[in-house]
Amino acid sequence: MGDFNNPEADLDRFRFRLGFAAVFVLACFGILISRFVWLQVIQHDFYQTRAEDNRIALIPIVPNRGVITDRNGVVLAHNYSAFTLEITPSQAGSLEQTIDALAEVIDIQPKDRKRFKRLLDEAKNFESIPIRTRLSDAEVAKFSAHRYRFPGVEVKARLFRQYPLGAVASHAIGYIGRITERDLKWIEEAERQANYKGTDHIGKTGLEQHYEFELHGETGYEQVEIDAGGRALRSLKRIPPVSGNNLQLTLDIKLQEITEKAFGDRKGALVAIDPATGGVLALVSTPTYDPNLFVDGITPENWKELNDHPDKPMVNRTINGAYPPGSTFKPFMALAALEMGKRTAQQAISDPGFFTFGNHTFRDDKKGGHGVVDMYKSIVHSCDTYYYVLANDMGIDNIAKFMGSIGLGQRTGIDLGKDDAGESKGVLPSQEWKKQRFKKPEQQKWYAGETISIGIGQGYNAYTPIQLAQAVATLANNGVMFRPHLVQNIVDTKTGDKRPIEPKPLRDLGWKEKNLEVIHRAMIGVNKEGTGARAFAGVPYSVGGKTGTAQVFSLKGAQYKESAVKKNLRDHALFIAYAPVENPKIALAVLVENGGFGAQSAAPIARMVLDYYLLGKLPAGAAREDSDAIEEEHDE
Amino acid sequence: MMDIAGTLRRAWANAIAHIDFPLLLITAAIMAVGLGTVYSATYDSTHRMMSQAANMGIALVVMWVISRVPPQKLMSFAIPLYIVGIVLLVAVFLFGIKVNGARRWLSVGFTRVQPSEIMKIAMPLMLAWYFHKYEATLKLKHYGVAALLLLVPFGLVAKQPDLGTALLVGAAGFYVIFFAGLPWKIIVGLIAMAGAAAPVLWNMLHDYQQKRILTLIDPTTDPLGSGYHIIQATIAIGSGGAVGKGFLNGTQTHLEFIPEKHTDFIFAVYSEEWGLIGNATLVFLYTLLIGRGLMIASAAPTTFSRLLAGAITLGFFTYAFINMGMVSGILPVVGVPLPFMSYGGTALVTLFLGIGILMSIHTHRMLVKK
Repeated sequence: MGDFNNPEADLDRFRFRLGFAAVFVLACFGILISRFVWLQVIQHDFYQTRAEDNRIALIPIVPNRGVITDRNGVVLAHNYSAFTLEITPSQAGSLEQTIDALAEVIDIQPKDRKRFKRLLDEAKNFESIPIRTRLSDAEVAKFSAHRYRFPGVEVKARLFRQYPLGAVASHAIGYIGRITERDLKWIEEAERQANYKGTDHIGKTGLEQHYEFELHGETGYEQVEIDAGGRALRSLKRIPPVSGNNLQLTLDIKLQEITEKAFGDRKGALVAIDPATGGVLALVSTPTYDPNLFVDGITPENWKELNDHPDKPMVNRTINGAYPPGSTFKPFMALAALEMGKRTAQQAISDPGFFTFGNHTFRDDKKGGHGVVDMYKSIVHSCDTYYYVLANDMGIDNIAKFMGSIGLGQRTGIDLGKDDAGESKGVLPSQEWKKQRFKKPEQQKWYAGETISIGIGQGYNAYTPIQLAQAVATLANNGVMFRPHLVQNIVDTKTGDKRPIEPKPLRDLGWKEKNLEVIHRAMIGVNKEGTGARAFAGVPYSVGGKTGTAQVFSLKGAQYKESAVKKNLRDHALFIAYAPVENPKIALAVLVENGGFGAQSAAPIARMVLDYYLLGKLPAGAAREDSDAIEEEHDE
Repeated sequence: MMDIAGTLRRAWANAIAHIDFPLLLITAAIMAVGLGTVYSATYDSTHRMMSQAANMGIALVVMWVISRVPPQKLMSFAIPLYIVGIVLLVAVFLFGIKVNGARRWLSVGFTRVQPSEIMKIAMPLMLAWYFHKYEATLKLKHYGVAALLLLVPFGLVAKQPDLGTALLVGAAGFYVIFFAGLPWKIIVGLIAMAGAAAPVLWNMLHDYQQKRILTLIDPTTDPLGSGYHIIQATIAIGSGGAVGKGFLNGTQTHLEFIPEKHTDFIFAVYSEEWGLIGNATLVFLYTLLIGRGLMIASAAPTTFSRLLAGAITLGFFTYAFINMGMVSGILPVVGVPLPFMSYGGTALVTLFLGIGILMSIHTHRMLVKK
């Protein structure tokens, strides 16, 4: 039994060790107490003086936010310095009386009071809060003369963000606004609290948000001696801030502006991409809004108007609108069929004008059908029956596999918003998708009949314009796929060093040359003798295209007024194009909401964009004035 | 007829049957001090204080639930919890979220968790179970196995890198081994070896960890970085004097000189406003807490409950000593909150898990003897 320990002895040893631990604890606490005695009694006078001298405040100096320019250096977002009139509530006494008295000297509108009140609720007591922004020189002089009457009121020079072109490209650029609780969390997660001391504004959407930490710059500090009341006495040391980096975009702002004008008051989206890099040349979502409204905090009236507008101007349709692609889907279906060996280009069907599956009849647009249809003709004349049959032969999962490979139904990862989550995924229908999407088992099953209308880009299909543009660019680039991006270079303001956003090919899909040739030839045919022929009459360059008409799929969360319902029920018009076919410089996708036939409303916009980008040809009419307007605005 | 008053009285008696009032009163006193200090530290808005009060409510519920779980039941959690802890730590190592160069967090959909926190409880639980199992046949090799059980999670946490938490986890495990009777010869030998290996260990530390220790020796080398924290905290404590500047009157606190003032550096806020008298009171409260814990350990009926109670109690001591030591400038700055005082829900829940275990051990001891 010698192997077993004695429990009594064990317990004694344990209690002895408890006693030892207790002594150890007391000894350690004793060390702490002696340290406290040392600091708080023996050295107290020393630290007392240090604390009283500790009136050196570190005052943050907010850096200049980086400037955003288009590919040619046209300024899209910059800062200007202006005087603001600010009140420090803790020093000002009665705020009501102070503001009333100020109103006698300086023009103060009710909206200024409202904003002041709102900011006051958010602010800490010792911060100064603007009561008036953008004072004129005369107003500054006038206030200075009366300054003695207003303790705690100061004129300060502050930098303001400005978007000189107003609503142009607002969905791409985004805007900045005052930092909220949610933004603070973001800053904390990025561990940048220290760098945001003194910063009031932060990017809220678009590029302003995506590149926030590039644009912001590094906060500098001024060491200032302050008196007991916290007033600055003299400056001791200054560590200057480092301005934020500038962004040079791939966007061509003239192209952008002309395109936005071309939409007129129609809702829609256009994305134009340089197929060789993925650089976005134009990113249009109409209607737009003026980002300048947000900089000082948007007024509730303006916000209400923008947010409740039936046309949803705040929605960036290029990345958040998911639409069925309609017939623009067909060239991709055809390519999928060639690549997967489900069709040859020569294989033809005889189109009676409908396709019967089970007891359901799927109709073609053209009554009586297109006659004998091979792949070329199916694209040029947009024959539905050809694709009903093809979709049925391929099966939903083969379709999903190919469409997924060109990025449909996935976030493209374009550099907009805080992270990818701001972008919609759209819907790439497949058996798996349906299983995930629906809860009830009877809804989860994929029916073969549902595949038929997928073939002509209807059914569950829903893709964002940016996905469609990326797919067109990939096709134009013969299967080498790039991530679409808006920033070309990040420019260091101090050294002028340019850090390019490298166009990295996402993947080479390895499509066969002879297959691509079939599709390219057919898409050129669309604009020569097919559905795009009218819009592209007399075009001097080679251009591939495809029209599309999509049954209405209303925007998520959109609510339309009854009076607008009729227009709302009209189909969406789509057009995809790229040119020149042999060496593509531009690929695009256009969508006009409720625009009817793609050939009628979407194709002319595509033609105009291509003419301008490739030939420098301005659209007829108001074009001349437009470009003057841009030039003038640049000079500001 | 049912005697309603009697029923209620019995229900109440049952509800509080496993509460240890001395422990509850001591922790309540420290928490009250903590709440007042959080209020002072975040004077501009009361939302931190309210949310800390809510955290306390949750933590107390956790304590109440755990106190009702008998130690035998707790023992059955030892292995699963330890394994879960190890798996999560490996997961952090492989796919953790990198924040500031350290991989400490694991994303679980809606929120992020810090698995090293689990180890603070899982480690002593596991080792106490282990020594309990082999109590009758304890040999030297068992200490070797125990050391291995300790070193694996310790290494994983240290690798994140989070040396502060690694030390706390390691300490919790070491206390169990110590109370289990690790021979003095080995303890002395280990200390000697640690001393000899110090230069090697020093080189294994990350740059920022070395910097923290160097800053401790001479804070003025880094007046804007980590040295700034120590300088300002020391000034706060020293200027507090014998009786303090009074509640809400700390200039260091309210002129924003103290960093992390509602979390890791809350002691500086407290010390500035309440002075040496306040500090002595707080240290006294911690001493009471630890004393009560050691009493519970001493009276505990089984090896498992003894070791666990002893280790948890010394854990409280370690947090308190390291935090007050670092804020007053005698220990390097590591991210350890002051127990029951610092703002933060996770730490509070872990602490009350410990309190709940102590209460369970104490209130179930008679049942075991029968």
